[in-house]
Amino acid sequence: MEAKTGEGGVVITKLDDLLNWARLTSLFPMGFGLACCAIEMMGAYASGYDMDRFGIIPRASPRQSDVMIVAGTVTFKMADRIRRLYEQMPEPRYVISMGSCSNCGGPYWEHGYHVVKGVDRIIPVDVYVPGCPPRPEALIGGFLQLQEIIRKETIRAPRAVQEIMAKRAQQGQPVADADKAPAAIHHS
Amino acid sequence: MIQEAVTFEELKDFIVATFGAEVVVAEKADDLQPYLVLQTERLAEVCLALHDHEQTYFDFLSCITGIDNGPEAGSMEVIYNLYSIPYDHHLMLKVQVPRNNTPDQAIPQVPTLSHIWRTADWHEREVFDMVGIYFKDHPDMRRILCAADWEGHPLRRDYELQEYYHGIKVPFDQHNELNGFKGEPQQLVGQPTPFSDKREKPE
Repeated sequence: MEAKTGEGGVVITKLDDLLNWARLTSLFPMGFGLACCAIEMMGAYASGYDMDRFGIIPRASPRQSDVMIVAGTVTFKMADRIRRLYEQMPEPRYVISMGSCSNCGGPYWEHGYHVVKGVDRIIPVDVYVPGCPPRPEALIGGFLQLQEIIRKETIRAPRAVQEIMAKRAQQGQPVADADKAPAAIHHS
Repeated sequence: MIQEAVTFEELKDFIVATFGAEVVVAEKADDLQPYLVLQTERLAEVCLALHDHEQTYFDFLSCITGIDNGPEAGSMEVIYNLYSIPYDHHLMLKVQVPRNNTPDQAIPQVPTLSHIWRTADWHEREVFDMVGIYFKDHPDMRRILCAADWEGHPLRRDYELQEYYHGIKVPFDQHNELNGFKGEPQQLVGQPTPFSDKREKPE
């Protein structure tokens, strides 16, 4: 390190920057695909486009994943499974909606009785990648966009907590009691 | 030497000779694919004979198709495409059943062929799922493609989408205009130069 930079062996940074850097350079997507977009996704993983160089390595379990790529047509039969897989992912978690079908229903928007008209009806989406199917370059572009989103995050306002608080406020529950001791629990 | 039934007429004569003339309700012999319309309740025994008899030996069921003729016509059809591998000949059979125009009427019923051709098992489940024809004595008559708690049969003429499935809105309903991505404002500055990416050829 010293020889490389000519400085002392200390790097000074903000904790936010360090955490964000660590997150955005090791985005592990969950290895699953739904339709033809998954073929393009696999092509993007493989040696030709090599998403490994961005630290993007597919994981075989939602428990180990940071980002879910919804690559393909989301049917109503699959919707419950996708929601469950998303809920199994640890925070912070991100969703890339890949292709027209998962963005808005795609060619099935009007007469496709079995297609969910956009995966954002089930789970929150961070980045939409247009295309039918998108080329691997477009998917890489989606990941670069997601990196920019993560770069702006701060641990002083964690998004997951904010979302929960917004939901509680929407339902009329108290939101400013996070620092108070929980009420006594009665065992009956 | 087995005398095989080759032409459509011979196949029809075979069915009439074995089961009587009343089993063939209608026929269309001059079509591109000629077909016989059979009595619905006698379909299974006719098909069993066509499968087993050494003159016909239809050992392969190519396809089952369900058709909804709509509430005005008030009928539904199931079409069977048979093929004999050793004799290399085809036969198309049809049955017609009355349609239930309201959900409280009885669902149309057709006898199953899954005990003759195993491939009929999933084909009949698909017909049941898509157009809602029940196959009597089928070993496992449930939906095959749609979710198990789906409402209605999607390929019926008068099918209407359900409003919600497990809390997810089903119709499109201008979803993106109301909820989704609104788009960034386009700001064009200056005059666009046509073919600006084209460079002059080097000398």
